[in-house]
Amino acid sequence: MRSDRMPAGLTIAAILGLLFLHLPMAFIFLYAFTTEDKSYQFPPPGLTLDWFQVAWNRQDVWDALGLSVRVAAVATLVAMVLGTLAAMALVRARFFGRETVTLLLILPIALPGIITGIALRSAFGIMEIPFSFWTIVIGHATFCIVVVHNNAIARLRRTAGSIVEASYDLGAGPWQTFRHVILPNLATALLAGGMLAFALSFDEVIVTTFTAGQQTTLPIWMLSELVRPRQRPVTNVVAVFVFVVTLVPILLAYRLTRGTDSVAGSGK
Amino acid sequence: MTAALATGPGAVLARAFWRKSGLVTLLLLLAPLLWLGIVYAGSLLALLAQSFFALDEFSGVIIYEPTLSTWRQFLSEPANLDIVLRTLAMAAAVTLACAIIAFPIAYLMARYAKGGWKALLYVLVMLPLWSSYLVKVYAWKLILAKEGAITWIFAQTGLIGLLDAMLGLPVVGGPSLSVSYLGMFLVFTYLWVPFMILPVEAALERVPPSLLEASGDLGAKPRTTFLRIVLPLAFPGIVAGSIFTFALTMGDYILPYVIGSSRLFIGQVVYLQQGTAGNVPLAAAFSVVPILVMALYLAVARRLGAFDAL
Repeated sequence: MRSDRMPAGLTIAAILGLLFLHLPMAFIFLYAFTTEDKSYQFPPPGLTLDWFQVAWNRQDVWDALGLSVRVAAVATLVAMVLGTLAAMALVRARFFGRETVTLLLILPIALPGIITGIALRSAFGIMEIPFSFWTIVIGHATFCIVVVHNNAIARLRRTAGSIVEASYDLGAGPWQTFRHVILPNLATALLAGGMLAFALSFDEVIVTTFTAGQQTTLPIWMLSELVRPRQRPVTNVVAVFVFVVTLVPILLAYRLTRGTDSVAGSGK
Repeated sequence: MTAALATGPGAVLARAFWRKSGLVTLLLLLAPLLWLGIVYAGSLLALLAQSFFALDEFSGVIIYEPTLSTWRQFLSEPANLDIVLRTLAMAAAVTLACAIIAFPIAYLMARYAKGGWKALLYVLVMLPLWSSYLVKVYAWKLILAKEGAITWIFAQTGLIGLLDAMLGLPVVGGPSLSVSYLGMFLVFTYLWVPFMILPVEAALERVPPSLLEASGDLGAKPRTTFLRIVLPLAFPGIVAGSIFTFALTMGDYILPYVIGSSRLFIGQVVYLQQGTAGNVPLAAAFSVVPILVMALYLAVARRLGAFDAL
């Protein structure tokens, strides 16, 4: 183990593993350009840009996209407020029931999504709450809180208490300290957490199927196309679009928190 | 001390950092606790409670009187046990495959990659982790289909007989990869591998290089060092990753629905019972299984030190 070179077998295994992780997505891009609109035929008989035009003119796609963006925006906002509050409370406090609060935070992602979905649905049923924009938001915000919380608490742990004390010693009031010391320190972590929450909500399908009623978010639209395809290449175009839209915030979030390892482990 | 007199939400937040009083902690926690405690935990309890009601067979309405008949129905049907065992077997197989594929990548990231390469590898693992679940499932539907890329590759390389032989296997095979357990296993593994890589990488990162040098100095061969030092120290990371791979496989109902045979998985039964069949009590009884399994899993994982690797 003295040498600094990885054993060849392991290197090959790692490269194969990475290929396995990345090659499949290439097919989505390839199929978005196929001239063939019925089957899954590989290789595609020809390539065309037409499907982008067709997808652009589909009102149902725009409606689903609109709902998804609005839900993700509101759910992210709720998650950012609640996740930050929870992180600030938990970062240094030791109190009875602390473990329970932590468990409550991670439970929505540790339990399978279908459990969260059906639990919320049956609760809406018992309370006779009709499905609406807000029932979707409630579901999404619930599992987004932990993402914001993870990012915020990681940053807060690194923000030394001494700089807060220094701020007080220099005569700043609590509000000034929050505004000029804590918030700027927390800002990028919150932004990163918010973007991850947005991406998570934008992509969520399992919980959504239970809380959406008849409404169609973009993932719900995709799921219905997967099961009963109408124009397969349009689905491919939308898939490419979704892929790009979710990746941009992820990459930005990564940049914002680079070197602070606070994105890691915030699994879906 | 004007500071102590300042009011407003900002002041409260700031003071929370200055002097952690119980009251401030409580104030900060109030909103998140109300949300998670009432909306989420409340819903979970309501769901569990539903399993103690029963569906009236004739009218199809739920009778809100405590009864054990739903549980009796759930436990007495042998097919239900099959569904549970099938789901758990798939979750275990997927977890094992994820660990095998993830380990070399995590090892490369933790031990050998430096600087820019390390950042690149990290992004390469994070992109598939965070990219859209449905897009990934969809990509595989295209690849696994009878007319799709995998069949084409096997045909081009003259190995089509091998593919047919695999599909001809009992239980795991099927008419095509896109409607077989084999295909489902492949896609599940693909979906959850990144969830395994990150915790294993984190665990490997914490293995002190001095330990490996000491092992070498004491005459251990690389293989011995790997088996007796690296692997045991990485194990909590593998357990941590397996929490995700196991839970996600166990609860998924979309993948078994899109790719897979007609034999049901737990998630599908929960979905069908509450939707088409309208039998929420039975769906609730079924959903107790993943909850119990995960409770057990988390308890064991905790003892194995997996939580430190999360």
